[in-house]
Amino acid sequence: MKVAVLKGGRSLERGVSLRSGARVEDALERLGHEVLPIDVGPDLVQRLVADRPDVAFVAMHGVGGEDGTVQELLEILGIPFTGPSAAACARCMDKVQGKDAIDEAGLPTPDWFAFNQTAFREFGAADALGRLEETLGFPLVVKPSRGGSSLGVRFARAPGEVPQALVSAFSYDDRVLLERFVDGRELAVSILGDKPLPVVEAILLEGDRYDFEARYEIGRTRFVCPAELSPEEERAVTEAALGTYRALGCSGFARVDLILDHEGPWLLEANAIPGLTDTSLLPQAAEAAGLSFEQLVERILDLALTPQGVS
Amino acid sequence: MAEVPEPTHRRRSHAGTRDLERYAGLFAERTTVMRSSAMRDLMAITARPEVISLAGGLPDTSTFPPQSFAAQMTRIAQESAAEALQYGPTEGFEETKDCILEVMGAEGMLPDPDDIVVTTGGQQGIDLVTKTLVDPGDVVICEAPTYPGAVPVFCSYQADVVQVECDEDGMGIDELEGLLGELRSEGRRPKFIYSVPSFQNPAGVTMSFERRQRLVELARANEILVVEDNPYGLLRYGGEPMPPLYQLDGGDFVIYIGTFSKILSPGIRLGWTVAPPPVLEKIVLGKQATDLCTSTLTQYFVREYFAERRWQRYIDDLIEIYRERRDVMLQALRDNFPAEATWTEPEGGLFIWATLPDYIDTSDLLAKALRADVAFVPGQAAYVDGRGRHSMRLNFSGVTADEIREGVRRIGEVIAEQVELYGTLTGEHRLPPAEEEPQPNVVPFRKAEGA
Repeated sequence: MKVAVLKGGRSLERGVSLRSGARVEDALERLGHEVLPIDVGPDLVQRLVADRPDVAFVAMHGVGGEDGTVQELLEILGIPFTGPSAAACARCMDKVQGKDAIDEAGLPTPDWFAFNQTAFREFGAADALGRLEETLGFPLVVKPSRGGSSLGVRFARAPGEVPQALVSAFSYDDRVLLERFVDGRELAVSILGDKPLPVVEAILLEGDRYDFEARYEIGRTRFVCPAELSPEEERAVTEAALGTYRALGCSGFARVDLILDHEGPWLLEANAIPGLTDTSLLPQAAEAAGLSFEQLVERILDLALTPQGVS
Repeated sequence: MAEVPEPTHRRRSHAGTRDLERYAGLFAERTTVMRSSAMRDLMAITARPEVISLAGGLPDTSTFPPQSFAAQMTRIAQESAAEALQYGPTEGFEETKDCILEVMGAEGMLPDPDDIVVTTGGQQGIDLVTKTLVDPGDVVICEAPTYPGAVPVFCSYQADVVQVECDEDGMGIDELEGLLGELRSEGRRPKFIYSVPSFQNPAGVTMSFERRQRLVELARANEILVVEDNPYGLLRYGGEPMPPLYQLDGGDFVIYIGTFSKILSPGIRLGWTVAPPPVLEKIVLGKQATDLCTSTLTQYFVREYFAERRWQRYIDDLIEIYRERRDVMLQALRDNFPAEATWTEPEGGLFIWATLPDYIDTSDLLAKALRADVAFVPGQAAYVDGRGRHSMRLNFSGVTADEIREGVRRIGEVIAEQVELYGTLTGEHRLPPAEEEPQPNVVPFRKAEGA
């Protein structure tokens, strides 16, 4: 089969995407497919039309590749592709949209408020901050609505830290959200097709627990898979993750991030195109389920080629 | 005839072609401190062609006359092809050392050629010195901020890196003295103090004469080595020449690292290290293990180049070009950066260090700047402990005057947006910042004149 691997692009997560893409290409070659690597740029449509791949493997992260833009083009060109549909990608990429959908589905997600820059620049939204902070309490988390990895995510431990955190978050997107901080275990559930894979837990080894960057640095965070959960916890967590996956209209695969505290799971977001590098969570979860990386890639391709309804 | 098997892969695109877990058990302990981070990924995209990158540390090699390069390489091919293509001595050729003596002589140093080892760039000097001196857990002292490329070296040998703050006169020697006392009381002796005393990377500052003297005295009194990294010493655009630490000390407690990278070419990967004989002996053994010898071919090139007797004139040309670019950048900073910003006014070298209001994080700013197709190095890269978040390193040597003006203008624009937003967020109704930053920006550079 002729498989186009779409990677790179202009997003801030270009580096991770190139690593994901390279690893997928190797696996596809070992599986005997004809690989067409494409570093996504202005000639994307031209190349897809000229080379006419049977399927596109989307290994892009961040704005442009994970937000439905590329997926929409592929839908128009009639090329089947891996991962969720354009509409589902758009919902996953935008944390505010995602939380709305999760909330509407009756699933627990930490309280939040969303703002765009205009609200602050033109409508004096800063005056409303005090009331929101009272509702959310401290520490609270400030996030850019669209953005990957930990980029621009900041804790604010006191009111004085909120403006600076907002300036950081607004560097990545015009819309940000303030979210109640839930102190609990950080879990990720990858879903393949409609099956949850073993749960991964991220355990911060050293450093400031309010430093989001540490969470993504090799050597500072340990990932345990499968996470040590009681059968009840595991059921609650995977059900919540599956519910989120459906609420966002995902298909193919996705990774749902959540926090587990004494009240149960709190859903944070879903990643439409989780990383596929050798340190990424989806491949780790797949391996824990007995799937080699090649088998994972083959399964993802199968899912892209099997028409499936969005539940 | 035996059939040669077809290779099974066209290419092996990266190290982790198989699952990390299969190799994880094999990794050395020291690899756990070799880190990758989101910020490093950000830096990777500064290489897009449409980006004006003030993030590099590149000399402008387009100023080197190609016909001169061609003539020298032709002469080598015609006259000494066999030798130039052969291995050479680990210490380097005597003829290369003669060139090194000329360069060091230009700054007033007269080392014994036997104390010199030719290295593969100055970077290898840092690596070999650390390899020779540092056991896991040993203390290495360096400046804050420090050369970002030195940090991974120290970390890969599992050094405990301690940074001493800089101001406009270089490393704070009072703080250094205090630190040495503290370490002594803990029963720890640092192995060496790493410093770029002239036109420092990244801060662009130069250590004052008085501090140089005190540093050398402290090293002698405490019997600690100072590693003087001096890649830019000859690129002075103003002010009075300053004696290198090596000259002040006479080479007893100062290890000197030099390079042809900034005065000729970084592509030839040619540098050198000067050390007291017992230390040098170990460094040479270390180098033998690493790469047997530095490229013979490029040593021949340097020999030919110096024989033309024009190397100092080329530096004069570079000084002209870089001085103008520095001045253009300083003017652009005055025109485009907010009043609260400060920056250094380097008398030489390749870099300016700018510090922004403390509510601006330069890693986040970089994300915004990249959308405007301009890049710089966030200050955090020059610290081991996450400080430097409000500063940035700007390079003026590898970009044209027009690119500098446009690049700084774009950075100024994204800063202005953040300043305005912060102002909107902290109206009268808002509390003032409740507490001081837990880790204040520690580089108390004075505001530049006229800023």
